[in-house]
Amino acid sequence: MSTLEVRDLRKSFGAIDAVAGLSFTLAPGEMLAVIGPNGAGKSTCFNMLNGQLRPDAGKILLAGPNGTMQDITGLPPREIWRLGVGRTFQITATFASMTVRENVQTALLSHHRRTWRFWRPANRHAGPEADRLLARVGMQSQADRPAGILAYGDLKRLELAIALANAPRLLLMDEPTAGMAPAERTALMTLTRDIARTEGVAVLFTEHDMDVVFGVADRILVLNRGHLIAEGPPAEIRENPEIRAVYLGAHI
Amino acid sequence: MPISRRTLLAAGGTSLAATLAAPALVRAQSTSAPIRIGEINSYTAIPAFTVPYRMGWQLAVEQINAAGGVLGRKLEVISHDDAGKPSDAIRLAGALLDESRVDLLAGGFLSNVGLAISDVARQRKRLFVASEPLTDALVWEQGHRYCFRLRPSTYMQVAMLVDDAVKLNAKRWVTVSPNYEYGQSLVKWFKALMTQRQPGVEFVAEQWPALGRIDAGATVAALAQSRPDAIFNGTFGPDLTNFVRQGNTRGLFEKRGVVSVLTGEPEYLEPLGDETPEGWIVTGWPVESVTDATNKAFIEAYRAKFNEMPKMGSVVGHAAITAIAGGIAKTGSVDTEAMADGFKGATFPTPFGPALWRAQDNQGTLGTYVGRTAMKNGKGIMVDWRYVDGAAAMPTDEEVRKLRPG
Amino acid sequence: MDFFLLQLLTGLASASSLFLVAAGLTVIFGVTRVVNFAHGSLFMLGAYIAWSILSRLPRTPEHFALGVLATALATAAIGALLEIALLRRLYRAPELLQLLATFGVVLVVQDAALWFWGPVDLAISRPPWLRGAIEIAGLRFPFYDAVLIAVGPAVLGLLLLLFHRTRWGLLVRAATQDRDMVAALGVNQRVLYTSVFALGAGLAGLGGALALPQGSANLQMDLAVVTDAFVVVVVGGMGSLGGAFLAALLIGVLQAFGIVLLPKITLVLVFLVMAAVLVLRPHGLLGRPQTAARSEAEALAPIRPAGAALQAAGLASLALAMAAPFVVGPYLLTVLTEAAIAVLFAASLHLMMGPGGMASFGHAAWFGIGAYAAAFATKALGGGLATGLLLAPLAAGTMALVIGWFVVRMSGVYLAMLTLAFAQIAWAVSFQWVEVTGGDNGILGLWPQGWAMDPRAMYWLALALCVGGALLLRRILFAPFGFALRATRDSPLRAAAIGLDAPRLRLAAFAIAGAAAGLSGAVFAYAKGSVFPTYMAIPHSVDALVAVLLGGVQTMAGPIVGAVAFTVLQSWLLTSEFWRFKLGLLIVLLVLAFPGGIAGAAAAAWNRFRRYQP
Repeated sequence: MSTLEVRDLRKSFGAIDAVAGLSFTLAPGEMLAVIGPNGAGKSTCFNMLNGQLRPDAGKILLAGPNGTMQDITGLPPREIWRLGVGRTFQITATFASMTVRENVQTALLSHHRRTWRFWRPANRHAGPEADRLLARVGMQSQADRPAGILAYGDLKRLELAIALANAPRLLLMDEPTAGMAPAERTALMTLTRDIARTEGVAVLFTEHDMDVVFGVADRILVLNRGHLIAEGPPAEIRENPEIRAVYLGAHI
Repeated sequence: MPISRRTLLAAGGTSLAATLAAPALVRAQSTSAPIRIGEINSYTAIPAFTVPYRMGWQLAVEQINAAGGVLGRKLEVISHDDAGKPSDAIRLAGALLDESRVDLLAGGFLSNVGLAISDVARQRKRLFVASEPLTDALVWEQGHRYCFRLRPSTYMQVAMLVDDAVKLNAKRWVTVSPNYEYGQSLVKWFKALMTQRQPGVEFVAEQWPALGRIDAGATVAALAQSRPDAIFNGTFGPDLTNFVRQGNTRGLFEKRGVVSVLTGEPEYLEPLGDETPEGWIVTGWPVESVTDATNKAFIEAYRAKFNEMPKMGSVVGHAAITAIAGGIAKTGSVDTEAMADGFKGATFPTPFGPALWRAQDNQGTLGTYVGRTAMKNGKGIMVDWRYVDGAAAMPTDEEVRKLRPG
Repeated sequence: MDFFLLQLLTGLASASSLFLVAAGLTVIFGVTRVVNFAHGSLFMLGAYIAWSILSRLPRTPEHFALGVLATALATAAIGALLEIALLRRLYRAPELLQLLATFGVVLVVQDAALWFWGPVDLAISRPPWLRGAIEIAGLRFPFYDAVLIAVGPAVLGLLLLLFHRTRWGLLVRAATQDRDMVAALGVNQRVLYTSVFALGAGLAGLGGALALPQGSANLQMDLAVVTDAFVVVVVGGMGSLGGAFLAALLIGVLQAFGIVLLPKITLVLVFLVMAAVLVLRPHGLLGRPQTAARSEAEALAPIRPAGAALQAAGLASLALAMAAPFVVGPYLLTVLTEAAIAVLFAASLHLMMGPGGMASFGHAAWFGIGAYAAAFATKALGGGLATGLLLAPLAAGTMALVIGWFVVRMSGVYLAMLTLAFAQIAWAVSFQWVEVTGGDNGILGLWPQGWAMDPRAMYWLALALCVGGALLLRRILFAPFGFALRATRDSPLRAAAIGLDAPRLRLAAFAIAGAAAGLSGAVFAYAKGSVFPTYMAIPHSVDALVAVLLGGVQTMAGPIVGAVAFTVLQSWLLTSEFWRFKLGLLIVLLVLAFPGGIAGAAAAAWNRFRRYQP
């Protein structure tokens, strides 16, 4: 049983095939890393998965709550989110005019379908649940600070808490540790792995820091020019001479 | 109400200040509080007209007070700028009535501002003397007991020009007029009166430039395209300057009669300068060439005080005060209800000669000059002019009764 | 056919004039992102300065050209001064604050020009060469119009050369695309911005000077020109010179033929064109999506519910406001009634503009529709006060829902200008549909009967409905809907990623704002006893913008503080000499002193005070 199934996904921009026939599956609780040089098609792939881009061809199937696979190809981001897909962005996207807790509460309001209410103050909604999520990512002590003044690492953790608000089955993380200090990176991704394991969330992430990739990923996809050139557990990828030559460099 | 020949002679024969200070009117209350007139006008929105207008009423107040005031009391004008907005005018009218405790309201340039103040007057049952707004609605459709209006209305302006327009014996007419109530009303009346007077007249095209934003070249070309025999113009101010310049260059006015409202007024004629088209039939004021004593006296007093020539606005401002003074003098008090009755039929002097408040519709009979434009030393002037008394340009009493409710 | 050619040429001549005005505005916007409301004032100054110079020079073509160039230089210098003294201090201020500052400049220039040049329109005497015509297909075409047809493309060509062949031009183009990149290159940004502003101002002055021979320098030309200039810039795509040229051609030629076919279309033609273009091309003919101006402008101020102190202050003010009729005189009571109405009007705009992130230049449309709805309820349906007050928000809200459908998908200045286009169309309808609306003479005699005739009752009614309405809007902003709306503004990406339907949320906000503005319009109609098209005109939309920006768009109390301050200030100054000069200067000083608005400054001061408390 898998959480996500991608079949022959394609997208081109003019003459350039950004993603040229990509297929893979992702199991619950699994940490799957996508790596590849710049322009390999990682971001395009991500943007198709979360609905920002419409694929030219191919299918994206997501496991529903009862285990049946639903076709989510080409749905808009907000509908994909409704079906249980959380996401973090390469450049953090949070609500700067709200406090940390309110950020999570806003996501919870949407998850609980309470957005179209006009009377009861929003910050009284699901406070304990928001605090639990913040505690999960170690942000509870900053719950009342404005999100606009957080340090970058804290913003990344806040994003993770927001992404978890709809109890997702699939988490998409685009460069989750970009801009963080090395120690923070490992901490964040270890935390993510814990969540994936305990809650059965499937995580798909891209990452530049190879220490992080090989430290936390269960499996790695290697893309180059839109094509999948290798797939396997970290140890296997590390030993693959072709990948060493094409992309990773001798130092791995 | 017809004016008797005697009133005219009497009023015309004496100087304005003397009329108002006539012994019969002076009561022994020269020490009492001044009569307060609350005045509202578009001083910042329409300065070309309203600045001379203010100078005109300032002169009148000074003259009347120098001669002893009205009912033995001095006149005092409290004046505010409405910024060209009816809603501000309404608030200011309230301020004048409630805070400044004025005895009556006066002023207005824009028709909608005039109507707004008039509506306050109707609601509050206080007197309003509209000096400049030209809309017919002020004394007809929206007319009421407490509103008096001094200047010839759009209907009257057109009626004064129609005789000469008919004499042009032109068949194909085009009209150009600013795209708002004033301009629309001018064209409506011109068409109606011409059709009445000259069977077979045709209106072959019309142009409605937005006020202050005329696309003069396109407008002139569009009018010329219809190959008219004659043109009726209602534009004024900056639009008129642009229109005339394009028209001159493109030859629109050559061999064509033009009938034009307000163009002979110094404030609108002056900017035309050495491009003043010759031979247009216009309403206005030949300030350079009037010779009668009342006009002369006014012009001299004005020049002595302000060191410049008066404009039409100055005349209206001056006459607004003398018209109020005349009404109060006849009423004998400043009680609103008494004034609403007493103003009817009251006579007053103006720089153009004597006039009165018509009893039937509270319209002033202040007239205006009709003549032809010409050029002298690079400046526009009016020639072949005659004064048309307002009373001569009114519809019949019967028609007015139909137009004015109540 | 001959006429067709002639009218085409006439259209091209107006297009050239339009382009000259718009070129400077688009260059300034492209680089500095300043929405320069004072561009029309610079044009007007150009015309007046040109009059002062040209009426003293010999009337030869050479001297004319010299005089026009000298005028352009003089207005460029004025522009540079304006940038150095005022706008330079505001680049990091919240969005659109420069608009407020330049609005202050407009007021100052209006009175300064009246004082300096007097009230009479000033025209130069045209020598024969300026007055002459050339024969085209047997018809006369003004020689000067032919000159103008050439000047437009020539100026475009020179500007393109300047931008593509000089290092300065390279920097300008780079800055148009990415301001931060230029800053990173170590370029002296101050000099660049000042010179760009001077260039834009000089072009405005050139436009004014070249317009002089066609008419006169007069005090109405600033506002007549500035809306046209904005329309051309937006239709062309903001920051795009080529776009501005195309847009000028489109509008100039359409206008020339439009008035032949439909003479009464003069009031709305340009706005119809703009609405059509923006609905089809949301960034104008040649425009590109604006780079997120906000990320670089300012970190969004955190929005917090009122603390105990603010709540106490609010309650105290409300109690004072309720007791006012026992204390103040009748005039002040009228002013306070208007202030209460302005509070709801501004709060409704703030809902869109602040938390909704949709600035509107045409908010008066909803106010006016509400006012007219109340008038119809009273006059046509014979209904009472209650009917009108109910019908007004319904009518305005429904209209806003319809129009909002087009609007909410857009952003930034384009969105604001599309609202302006719709407001102008609504205004033109009220202006020209005389049988129903009474045209510009309005609808009179709406004074309420019975208990509400008493001005005090009217005041309490306004206070209850308008301040109550504003508090309700505030409540909505702190409710889930308000959070969701703010979320779509703070980060559209994240909002979509947590399942928020941004267009629907924005549309709802637009309709709520419209309905609230409509209610304020209805109360105004009854308080004033009459309704006029001026209620939906541009100056009234500007009033709402000024109130919101003056109070502080990033604060929740901003619109309330701003509306009361602006109404009281304006009605107080209006009865004094040179009130526009004073009001304009005051606005400029307030903007410089409190870039976050009055409420923003008060909040900052309060926070500082609290930090020093043990």
